[in-house]
Amino acid sequence: MPELTATPVFDADQDRTMILNMGPQHPSTHGVLRLMLEIDGETVVRIMPDIGYLHTGIEKTCEAKFYQQVVPLTDRIDYLCPLTNNLCYCLAVEKLLGLEIPPKAQWLRVLLNELTRINSHLVWLGTHALDIGAMTVFLYCFREREDVLRLFEAVSGQRMMTSYFRIGGLALEPPLDFLDRVRDFARRFPAKIDEYENLLTANPIWKMRTKGVARLTAEDAVALGASGPTLRASGVDFDLRRDLPYSSYDKFKFEVPVAQDGDVFARYLCRVRELRESSKIVDQALEGMPEGPIKAEAPKVVLPDREKMKTQMEALIYHFKIITEGFSVPAGEVYQAVESPRGEMGYYVVSDGTAKPYRVHMRAACLANLQTLPAMCEGRLIADVVAAIGSIDIVLGEIDR
Amino acid sequence: MSLKPTITDLEQLKEHPAVACLQENSPGAIEAASFAHDELTLYIVCSSIRKTCALLRDHPPCPFNFLSDVTCVDWYPAEPRFEVIYHLLSIRQKERVRLKVRLGDEAPALDSVTPVWPAANFFEREVFDLFGIRFLGHPYLRRIQMPDDWEGHPLRKDYPVEGYR
Repeated sequence: MPELTATPVFDADQDRTMILNMGPQHPSTHGVLRLMLEIDGETVVRIMPDIGYLHTGIEKTCEAKFYQQVVPLTDRIDYLCPLTNNLCYCLAVEKLLGLEIPPKAQWLRVLLNELTRINSHLVWLGTHALDIGAMTVFLYCFREREDVLRLFEAVSGQRMMTSYFRIGGLALEPPLDFLDRVRDFARRFPAKIDEYENLLTANPIWKMRTKGVARLTAEDAVALGASGPTLRASGVDFDLRRDLPYSSYDKFKFEVPVAQDGDVFARYLCRVRELRESSKIVDQALEGMPEGPIKAEAPKVVLPDREKMKTQMEALIYHFKIITEGFSVPAGEVYQAVESPRGEMGYYVVSDGTAKPYRVHMRAACLANLQTLPAMCEGRLIADVVAAIGSIDIVLGEIDR
Repeated sequence: MSLKPTITDLEQLKEHPAVACLQENSPGAIEAASFAHDELTLYIVCSSIRKTCALLRDHPPCPFNFLSDVTCVDWYPAEPRFEVIYHLLSIRQKERVRLKVRLGDEAPALDSVTPVWPAANFFEREVFDLFGIRFLGHPYLRRIQMPDDWEGHPLRKDYPVEGYR
């Protein structure tokens, strides 16, 4: 047992500076982030994040579940983008199994992932603006988010904890009018982005609160492991969807928004432009949606259809075997990364050849992004810390797991 | 899509920029290699992990400048028990490589890579917290997820899923 000291405290220079504890219940820390700030008047001298308040031991729990039982756990990691987590885990296990996923399932996965990105960015935009004092945007964003959540409910039966992707494909055929409903949403959505931008992009108060605030240079961003919009806003042009494509993203045409300034405003611009690009990808996915099955041809891994299970003996046996014994996965290890709304979401899955994963590790984009906070905020005002936290879009469920 | 056989012969893998870099600059660092599922794994000698990481980060043709992840796997009761795993990414060349260091059960410790990538800070703290592996030269090696007075390291395989009661 290594030697440990109690709650970390700074050895602050008591004559000049003081310690300010921010969180874990502070409304602008988006959950339960605790920051210890060493301040000199209004200026932040040092900053130290203290996390772990939401640690639930999901990685340990995964080791005691069958492969298919892990999918619902992945929802709970990042509650703003459950489908992205579902996808990443499924891709990792499918890679271990060597499964080929039918095109329709891949396209639906892309479609739903982009809707998830829209959903997540809307929550980010609303709460980020609210933190800085722009109340209206919050209400506008949650209006559209409600539409996206209704789409999730239609397709998976759940608004937030969707668990819709399965190893080998999708859980269910989407309802008949689903694509029409998405089309209706995609037609209306770009005008809504204009509405948000009208409220913020040229707003002088918004610009004063965000421009030049919490700057992060490209070198620092890479060295600190930042990814996603936090990295791209610092001028590094890297997006996993384009550069290391997965799930047929290479068949879609979209731009990767990059900004050079590395401040809160640049991160805001990147994400708002990403909303437009996601909307474009949704359009393309709707237009070119292939026909065919939604599950891979692998009876030992993929649950049979209900109808088949009730009429064919073989399907019933497979169904029973998968439910009671799971399916074994060849020994090996894979690291699969996807571009989540927050950055590089990676799953490292190790199999020892049994029906339960030997180890599942999630590379949380936010955990690395949070490390950039001291680089952004030290030497700046306390009020800017709130803007900086909002701009890296943290989700504590993912950080703590 | 059928599974391709694993390649473990280093000679066949020398085209990969990470292998080329290490064979040129630090020939003794690679213990073994394996290539499976389109992913390259290099087993690195424990004492040279920091130097290896610095070499790969600054390798001009393909700089592995981004540390994606640091984690660990416990192979209890096998020996060597722990594998510390680093996932590196080259943003420019879009290549990945996985480095592994094997550690024994007795007081597992290795050099921290925080001097190479500050990003390793939280990742290594997490591995220390959940596996009890010490990173020498880490600036602030304290528990990160579990409470400070917690006993044991939960992700070790000999730690029960429901905890000690």
